[in-house]
Amino acid sequence: MSDIADPSTDRTVPSGARGGGNRGGKRRRGYGPKGRELDATAHDEVCALLGARPRRRDLLIEFLHLLQDEYGCLHARHLMALADEMRLSQAEVYEVATFYAHFDVVKEGETPPAPVTIRVCDSLPCMMKGAEALRSALAENIDPAAVRVVSAPCMGRCAAAPVCEVGHRHVDHATPQTVAEIAGSGDLHPHVPAYQDLDAYLAEGGYGELKRVRAGDLGYDDVSATMAEAGLRGLGGAGFPTAKKWEFVRSAPAPRLMCVNADEGEPGTFKDRFFLETRPHRVLEGMLIAAHAVEAERIYFYLRDEYPAAREILLQEIAALEANGLVEPGFIDLRRGAGAYICGEESALIESVEGKRGLPRHRPPYVASVGVFGRPTLVHNVETLYWMPQILKNGADWFASQGKPGHKGPRTYSVSGRVKNPGVKLAPSGITVRELIEAHCGGMEDGHTFTAYLPGGASGGILPATMDDLPLDFGQLEKHGSFVGSHAVVILSDMDDVRDAAINLVKFFEDESCGQCTPCRAGCEKAVKLMESGRFDDPLLEELCQTMADASICGLGQAAPNPIRSVRKFFGASS
Amino acid sequence: MTSETAITFTLDDREVTATPEETIWQVAQRLGTDIPHLCYAPEPGYRADGNCRACMVEIDGERTLAASCVRKPADGMVVKTASDRAEKARAMVMELLVADQPVKTDAHDPSSKLWSWAERIGVTESRFPAHVSSDVPSPDPSHPAMRVNLDACIHCNLCVRACREVQVNDVIGMSGRGHHAKITFDFDDPMGGSTCVACGECVQACPTGALMESSLLSETGVRTGFEDATIQSGCPFCGVGCQIDYHVSDGKILYADGAAGPANENRLCVKGRFGFDYQSSPQRLTVPLIRRDDAPKHGDDRLDPSNPYTHFREATWEEALERAAGGLNTVRDRDGSQALAGFGSAKCSNEEAYLFQKLVRAGFGTNNVDHCTRLCHASSVAALMEAIGTGSVTAPFNAAIDAEVVIVIGANPTENHPVAATFIKNAVKNGTRLYIMDPRRQMLSRHATRHLQFKPGADVALLNAMIFTIIEEELYDRQYVAARTHGFEELVTNVQQFPPEKMEEICGIPADVIRQVARDYARSEASLIFWGMGVSQHVHGTDNARCLIQLALITGQVGRPGTGLHPLRGQNNVQGASDAGLIPMVYPDYQSVAKEEIRNLFEDFWGTGLDPKPGLTVVEIINAIHDDEIKAMYVLGENPAMSDPDQNHARAALAKLDHLVVQDIFLTETAYYADVILPATSYYEKWGTFTNTNRQVQIGEPVVSPPGQARPDWQTIQELAKRMGLDWTYESPAEVFTEMAQVMPSLKNITWDRVARERAVTYPCDAPDQPGNEILFAESFPTEDGRAKIVPTNVVPPDELPDADYPMVLTTGRLLEHWHTGAMTRRASVLEAIEPEPTVAMNPRQLRTLGVEPGAMVKVATRRGFIELKARRDRNVPEGMLFIPFCFEDAAANKLTNPQLDPFGKIPEFKFCAARIEPAAEIVEAAE
Repeated sequence: MSDIADPSTDRTVPSGARGGGNRGGKRRRGYGPKGRELDATAHDEVCALLGARPRRRDLLIEFLHLLQDEYGCLHARHLMALADEMRLSQAEVYEVATFYAHFDVVKEGETPPAPVTIRVCDSLPCMMKGAEALRSALAENIDPAAVRVVSAPCMGRCAAAPVCEVGHRHVDHATPQTVAEIAGSGDLHPHVPAYQDLDAYLAEGGYGELKRVRAGDLGYDDVSATMAEAGLRGLGGAGFPTAKKWEFVRSAPAPRLMCVNADEGEPGTFKDRFFLETRPHRVLEGMLIAAHAVEAERIYFYLRDEYPAAREILLQEIAALEANGLVEPGFIDLRRGAGAYICGEESALIESVEGKRGLPRHRPPYVASVGVFGRPTLVHNVETLYWMPQILKNGADWFASQGKPGHKGPRTYSVSGRVKNPGVKLAPSGITVRELIEAHCGGMEDGHTFTAYLPGGASGGILPATMDDLPLDFGQLEKHGSFVGSHAVVILSDMDDVRDAAINLVKFFEDESCGQCTPCRAGCEKAVKLMESGRFDDPLLEELCQTMADASICGLGQAAPNPIRSVRKFFGASS
Repeated sequence: MTSETAITFTLDDREVTATPEETIWQVAQRLGTDIPHLCYAPEPGYRADGNCRACMVEIDGERTLAASCVRKPADGMVVKTASDRAEKARAMVMELLVADQPVKTDAHDPSSKLWSWAERIGVTESRFPAHVSSDVPSPDPSHPAMRVNLDACIHCNLCVRACREVQVNDVIGMSGRGHHAKITFDFDDPMGGSTCVACGECVQACPTGALMESSLLSETGVRTGFEDATIQSGCPFCGVGCQIDYHVSDGKILYADGAAGPANENRLCVKGRFGFDYQSSPQRLTVPLIRRDDAPKHGDDRLDPSNPYTHFREATWEEALERAAGGLNTVRDRDGSQALAGFGSAKCSNEEAYLFQKLVRAGFGTNNVDHCTRLCHASSVAALMEAIGTGSVTAPFNAAIDAEVVIVIGANPTENHPVAATFIKNAVKNGTRLYIMDPRRQMLSRHATRHLQFKPGADVALLNAMIFTIIEEELYDRQYVAARTHGFEELVTNVQQFPPEKMEEICGIPADVIRQVARDYARSEASLIFWGMGVSQHVHGTDNARCLIQLALITGQVGRPGTGLHPLRGQNNVQGASDAGLIPMVYPDYQSVAKEEIRNLFEDFWGTGLDPKPGLTVVEIINAIHDDEIKAMYVLGENPAMSDPDQNHARAALAKLDHLVVQDIFLTETAYYADVILPATSYYEKWGTFTNTNRQVQIGEPVVSPPGQARPDWQTIQELAKRMGLDWTYESPAEVFTEMAQVMPSLKNITWDRVARERAVTYPCDAPDQPGNEILFAESFPTEDGRAKIVPTNVVPPDELPDADYPMVLTTGRLLEHWHTGAMTRRASVLEAIEPEPTVAMNPRQLRTLGVEPGAMVKVATRRGFIELKARRDRNVPEGMLFIPFCFEDAAANKLTNPQLDPFGKIPEFKFCAARIEPAAEIVEAAE
């Protein structure tokens, strides 16, 4: 189709007039419009795929998924047709398509990717369990025309490290043999685990709290007071008190919207996937209670693309809710992420919901007052919602009393690394890492001695085993340059090099930085270069860390130096 | 700033106040503290993005620093712009950026904003390792005007904002992610192969030299061109009236930047920014020329503009002026004043236009003076004069931002008024609903709520169906109609013939769509109509314009912010030239030559008797030459041999003249037939005032010297006047302006000095120290009783409908890169590089039917002639239509066009004639 002349070879532009004015010169481009031309067949294909869906800009990422799923990649001809159909510019479509890792743009003359993609997790828990060897083994033994092997960040299955995703099917405890078998099996669809469906949930009294709230038996003040007394906080990592968040959103004028942040991407974190894949209706009921609390007109449920099984479940169960009459059709809009950690940041998530690149916004204004489409927006993490119906049912005390003394509520720790029984651990908030390892994880793996731990995924810094008596709760670790965040605890042993771990973490940030601001975009890249060239002790690195923490727009860049600073502070000047 | 809204905070230990709109950066700047900034451009239209982090400041009580360009102060806030922490962060940001720049000695632009700030902060070197060379994009030299050197890119996003938010051309994006993110054009295409329209806004915005004018760079991409002076003046092309900073070196224009004119707010298009080098073309006329005795005239002559000496010889100014005036005098004395005529130009200044018409009226003794407005908006002006007593716009195009609904009909502003189009696009981004009505789709269509692609020539049917809807559904403004108009009852009666359900067959737009658009236009708080030559260049052009005026009048969509009527004027001074009286029926300010009291006034003022008979119009003059009525002409800056319809006929007329004086900057196609050619100055070489489409009178200032013996046009007109018996002694354009202002009420309170000082003054203007009125007619219209007149219209079909022999509709117009007859733009190297040859655009399906590939030669024929040119694929052109730009002499569209005139505006039907197209090789018998 498009005959974009590549005019780079023709640079001869005389200054001043060309020979005889009014005598045609050499044409630099083809005899069509400026730039790429629409391919009529590609346009028909795109229209067929989009069907009757409204051509709204906020659906761009959904449409890119349709194309990627259908054709295995995003052909330029289809992107052009999509732009035309959505009345967007080519640039707007291209920059979104190239921002997200799960889209493969293929331009004219380029080779499409192999039909099967194997993504090998390269985040720290998987790397500790041999992901690198797995990847090289796979790459060596597989026909690159049939299968491509790529690295990918955390898939939220760290207890089963190392893991891979073949097509949309995940492989736990992956070995080159199991992965190759699955790649050849043709069954590359997500395997949906057993979970509690709507009937089962209703049978145990599910949605009873929502009904009480909707009927007015439980007024907003009661619900909000109960959440406040229970001490429920945002469990995505920031720990903002739930009742206070509702208050802020309600103080902004209607119409209001809600987002569910199911973009659990913090390396080492997998609790939200656990809840969605086991008891999705607790999350959904909590979501509807929160939406009611702020009178949200619509809910955008933003689920990361790494959780295809959870997506199957949600599609099924949201349809069941609609059929049951518990929600109006369309009230819950399930959106699919496309491979971008940054979209777990709430304002980046909102940008993504609007169909754009996931660039965090400046604050103020906060999303509570200016969120999706500029409207006041309530954003909640999955686990936060999960607890809401139970708190209403069992009372604030039931929840609050499940913490350690001085700490409120139970917490769900995602534990991975060198422990005997890694996994989702429900434990009192304020528990120490030592107790978590001993009482919940069966102790350290045989042959491993506890040396260090990540209390809060990649962002929360690295603490030495000597500091094993700190309460793992919000506000407790900050004085050590650390935080508990999403409660993703990764245990390192004497078999792990803490510097390698730090490099792995900062490389993750380098890969996942949106690139918007200088301190994060250039800072992560320069930090990795300094670390990899053995300049861990260079004072320049600390200067850089300070600026990244001080001057980055969002939490990613501000927290990215944490592992570097931890190593400098706790793990000696050299090793 | 009122005390309730003012914000009080502490800035560097001082208590200061801010407006609610101000950012910390702006307050600091206002108070004299210059905070570093790279991604922030304190220019109109540029949103602060806060991404570079070079402007960080410290706010007490906040965990992190804040970007002062986006952060607004709050009451009681304590801000430190120079704390150690803030300064360290800013220096570190600079060090991170400098690490990945080419070293300063190899910098593309060592005078860039980045390097200036690096020096001020004291960070011109970096301790960090540079990024790996494979990550550095290679230079992109694919565009004729601009070079992309992304090794200097700091990801500040200014070019994206320039392209997407300011100009809304939407070509540039930031693709990819993290430090692999990259500025890309379309799908990461070479700039020269992308949809880039070369407005150059990105080049003007780029703070690093990553995007630069290629003419300033050496082969290795290092800047070699530096200006020694910068002079602000205007743009010589379309009626938008952009102001421009011309950067001059060694007596030549080096490059141009948009200046802060009221119309353009620093924006430019490809012509204004890159189209200036025709000024230094070697084909410029530098000496007076007299036709050789051995060079008889033939209508089909084609001369080489580089070598006039095949047909002309060099002469002294004295000899040339004597010959020029002598020939005119001879004809006047022999055949009478009516045997003379003059074409002035809308490309010349107000002063030149005034002198030209004064010479024709007082010196030639006739009103046979006209100019290209006849071919552009004569019908619009006729309808406006008849209805509201004035021919100019009621509101500037910038008013689009205040409109809830904008209609663009018969206009293609992204091609013809590109900078005006940016303001329409800005309005759409801001929520304005845009309706486009045009048989051809266009770049704006993507932004429109609807594009009504009606059948060519069916304007009146469509518009009357809208009027029908508004009346039938009682959406008109009763009060306004009663208080401000005449003739509504006749309209009500007449419009009964045009129910949408009946008109949909004629215009091809479904009735419910017509009704929906009519309702939206009528009900909106503020609706504004723009139109162009798709409306005016028809035999029913005046009726088209009448319908538009009626829409506004019956709904009261005039006289308030965001409402009005705006015919987009085509040339830089078409408004001013018309105002100055380059029109055969009227003296300056549209005062009728036929009215005795007015004529007496001008006779007294000019001290001579004047012809009471209105003169002939452009096409009528050409016909009068064929009829042996007109024998001599003076043509200044006009090119009828290219611009008039039925070109063979027009050229034959020019060749037939006993005496033709052409004053121009090039050997134009009209000059082929001249007896005397007088070398003129270009826009860039002279003083003058120019009035744009917004009624803004602006100053043009010389930026370079004229070549050779070329003289300012006002001097040459005066020299001819002196030789025709007039005792003119003007010393300067300023003196001419002063005289004009005495007989032109529109220039009340506007003096030359004021225009020179303020650079732009809108008329009418109520006081010498007040800005002019942008929105007119809030209270009454400048008619005898202050009311507007409604004149009902009937459907008149185009003059020449397609038939079996000529089954297609041919329409003509412009291209973005070329302007008018191409005399200037085809000698501008960048413009010519982008659009170097004639093409005929048609629908891809049409091409398939025809069985030719794009780029193949085809032959287009009408009853008047044929041309051969290459076929071009264009989805915007509907099946059954052909579009040919009229700027290419080598396949002149006007050989084909129909000279049939609108009875009121006397404008030819350029937009519609019957045509046939065939693959070039196969036609032998062809047309005729």
